[in-house]
Amino acid sequence: MNWSRKDLLGVRELSKEEILLLLDTADSFRDISRRDIKKVPTLRGKTVIMLFYEPSTRTRVSFEIAAKRLSADTISISTSTSSAVKGETLKDTGRNLESMRPDAIVIRHNMAGAPYIISRILNSSVVNAGDGAHEHPTQALLDLFTMREKKETLDGLKIAIIGDIAHSRVARSNIFALRKFDTEVTCCGPPTMLPPYLEELGVKVAYRLEEAVADKDVIMMLRIQKERGGTSFIPSIKEYSSLYCLKEAHLEKARSDVIIMHPGPINRGVEISDQVADGPYSVILDQVENGVAVRMAVLYLLSGGET
Amino acid sequence: MERVLLDEKAMERIITRITHEILEKSQGSKDLSLIGIRTRGIFLARRIREKIREIEGRDMPLGILDITMYRDDIAKQKAALAVKKTDIPFDVNNKIIVLVDDVLYTGRTTRAAIDAIMDLGRPNKIQLAVLVDRGSRELPIQPDYTGVLYGAATEEEVSVRLREMDGKDEVLLSKSP
Amino acid sequence: MILIRNGRVLDPASCLDEVLDILIDGETIARIDKKIAAAGADQVIDASGLLVAPGLIDVHTHLREPGYEWKETIATGTMAAARGGFTSIVCMANTDPVNDNKSVTEYIMKKARAEGAVRVFPCGAITKGLKGEDLSEMAEMREAGVVAISDDGKSVRNSALFLKALEYARLFGLPTICHCQDESFTGVVHEGHGSLISGLDAVPPVAEEIMVQRDISIARYVGSPVHITHISTGGTVDIMRHEKGRSPLVTCDTCPHYFTLTDEATLTYDTNAKVNPPLRSRADVDAIREGLRDGTIDMIATDHAPHDPVSKEVEFNLASSGISGLETALALSLSLVHEGVLDLRALLAKMTVNPVRMLNLPYGEIAVGKPADLIVFSDRAEWTVDRNAFLSKGKNTPFHGMKLRGRNLLTVVAGRIVYNEL
Repeated sequence: MNWSRKDLLGVRELSKEEILLLLDTADSFRDISRRDIKKVPTLRGKTVIMLFYEPSTRTRVSFEIAAKRLSADTISISTSTSSAVKGETLKDTGRNLESMRPDAIVIRHNMAGAPYIISRILNSSVVNAGDGAHEHPTQALLDLFTMREKKETLDGLKIAIIGDIAHSRVARSNIFALRKFDTEVTCCGPPTMLPPYLEELGVKVAYRLEEAVADKDVIMMLRIQKERGGTSFIPSIKEYSSLYCLKEAHLEKARSDVIIMHPGPINRGVEISDQVADGPYSVILDQVENGVAVRMAVLYLLSGGET
Repeated sequence: MERVLLDEKAMERIITRITHEILEKSQGSKDLSLIGIRTRGIFLARRIREKIREIEGRDMPLGILDITMYRDDIAKQKAALAVKKTDIPFDVNNKIIVLVDDVLYTGRTTRAAIDAIMDLGRPNKIQLAVLVDRGSRELPIQPDYTGVLYGAATEEEVSVRLREMDGKDEVLLSKSP
Repeated sequence: MILIRNGRVLDPASCLDEVLDILIDGETIARIDKKIAAAGADQVIDASGLLVAPGLIDVHTHLREPGYEWKETIATGTMAAARGGFTSIVCMANTDPVNDNKSVTEYIMKKARAEGAVRVFPCGAITKGLKGEDLSEMAEMREAGVVAISDDGKSVRNSALFLKALEYARLFGLPTICHCQDESFTGVVHEGHGSLISGLDAVPPVAEEIMVQRDISIARYVGSPVHITHISTGGTVDIMRHEKGRSPLVTCDTCPHYFTLTDEATLTYDTNAKVNPPLRSRADVDAIREGLRDGTIDMIATDHAPHDPVSKEVEFNLASSGISGLETALALSLSLVHEGVLDLRALLAKMTVNPVRMLNLPYGEIAVGKPADLIVFSDRAEWTVDRNAFLSKGKNTPFHGMKLRGRNLLTVVAGRIVYNEL
């Protein structure tokens, strides 16, 4: 099948075939990053603008490297506050950028729905690099890529996602994406961090870590979202950690070939112990490498072809 | 309206001949390797490799090359073309690489393949083996090993069918609608 | 004199439902009869195949003047009301300056007399500046013309102060219109399946329900009438059902968007669907419809909240809340009749008889000698909502592009035709 969307705003609207196309394409692009000349001329002459309303080094750098390895030109714009407070509306910022004719705009914003506003008014392709607590599609895609690579297939996998699900766009995107395959997803965290009606998304709910990790192929730990009001939902980091920090002992309940994932940056000792983060089951660094490949695939599929 | 340019037997003879030509030119060099250009070039390269094994008893390194990332016409496509795996399991440095493709036409595919290989290293030589050279070059590229030379008109379509993929071996000519 | 001929005349107050002619003389209804002769009439309106009803009364509108004239003025807001079939509207106090004293009330009354296309009845603030700290000058405002008090836009957070406000208002016979929302909950959409997917900050339905219960409990204790406005959740309907049997002083209204749209409208982050209280779940919408059907919900109001494009064309979290509703209310309400939830008389009662009873106003009836406030409308004309054709300055509606059935065609206020599409 061919990719036909102008934008990548979320994984929820993608079909299973579209997700597989993205993963297969990423597979080819990953080889580029492993050879001496880490560049292909595929997007030569295209311009990709990173519009980051929320601070982020790793995602921004990952997108920049991805774009540059495709030979595209990149510009990064970081604004520290929301546009309306500054005076220029998101719509005007988008329009101004469009006049410079970028081929793609990668936007990260602290409010859900911002990429949808931009995509409605721009002809350029829009990639959502995270909008509030809504979605972070490239993160879910690289997570699925990593799972598929380590486990050969996504179907039949049992996955646990643990942490502040309610405020996590990583969790939402992963849940939407994984549920398009034949997977069993369990979400775990304190009740204040699990949104009501969560089961309606087709996931199981657990409140105890020991229960959640039992018999799992994949354990994904999320970080406490301090910047999204996360800490008022738990009495203290200390208590959260005593209940939900993934330690070596917990791994014994999971399957023997379990893989441990985390979107980063990790809060060592809070959601994951040093031994687990650095241990043999952790694929956290693979996730980062795969992130570049997946983002190369996304930029290629969105920008390759007629504008 | 279709007519047959090459039938199964003709193709078999051509591939045998090309294999002998490659071996003759390389003088038994140990640095010889084959790279098939997706998609049908791969099957032709495999057949050449099989024949070399029959003739000389040795196994040639074989690579698969997808040139989508290096095309010069990406911006002209309606939608992004599917990218398939490139798998070249050997070091290209200092090798004699024989690129294998089914049809040579404008020469742009070959140009892309050369660029792709150059990004992997520095071969000693790159040579080109094609089943059909249909002329009408747009770049200064010429094959080292040619199955058949047929100067096709622009409206003519040259279709290569291979049994591994299309069930039957033949090369057909037809007027494109 | 104006003669309205051959329309099906519906008067919910008297249960009149007959094809009749109506003769208007000056500001009042002079005659209601079969076949009135046209002689002497300056204007004859042919209402064949159409319905004639008392002009609608809206107990909850925002006219934005004084202070926010770029969003709406008394002139434009009343024209929108006229188009929508409303002949009397109550305008809320959250203007700038806030209507918490007689000067602002007098300003509004004066502007309305000079420029208003329909009758305007100001609602005064409960607390000065809507700050929730000190009572406003209700006596003076009453004298200047307010018909009710409300801090709408907000709740009075301090329960003790709210009790005092109801006690004080009781003296002047002023009903208190309550916007029920516990503001310790923050969020921009309803907490439910929609927010689960959209990731927008969500507010649970209890935020409305606990304040509804609070306000009613205090009203009952004090013996002062309260009207709960824009109810939106099934839980609130349950509370109302329970309380109305016990307290004759409690009434409530809901708005068309709460019985036609669910929170699914927010999944595309369309800020036109951002409203306070937020659009709710399917179950809540069904409960509201049931509440309208069984009489628990007395009135339908619009909560007409016009906004300028700039305040809506921003991120969902930052967008202003509100729907410009005067011009779509009748058609949306008629869908309840089309779908068998209410009969026509019961629907019209919720927009005429019941509002005037709460506010103690002499309108909402078709009878000889009564003020000639009437509408002529079609209950079946199909049309597509076009926000750019709105007479209101507020083009913010989630109904843009929707096909609706039923349309107001003529509006008469005090014997004068203020809107005519016939």
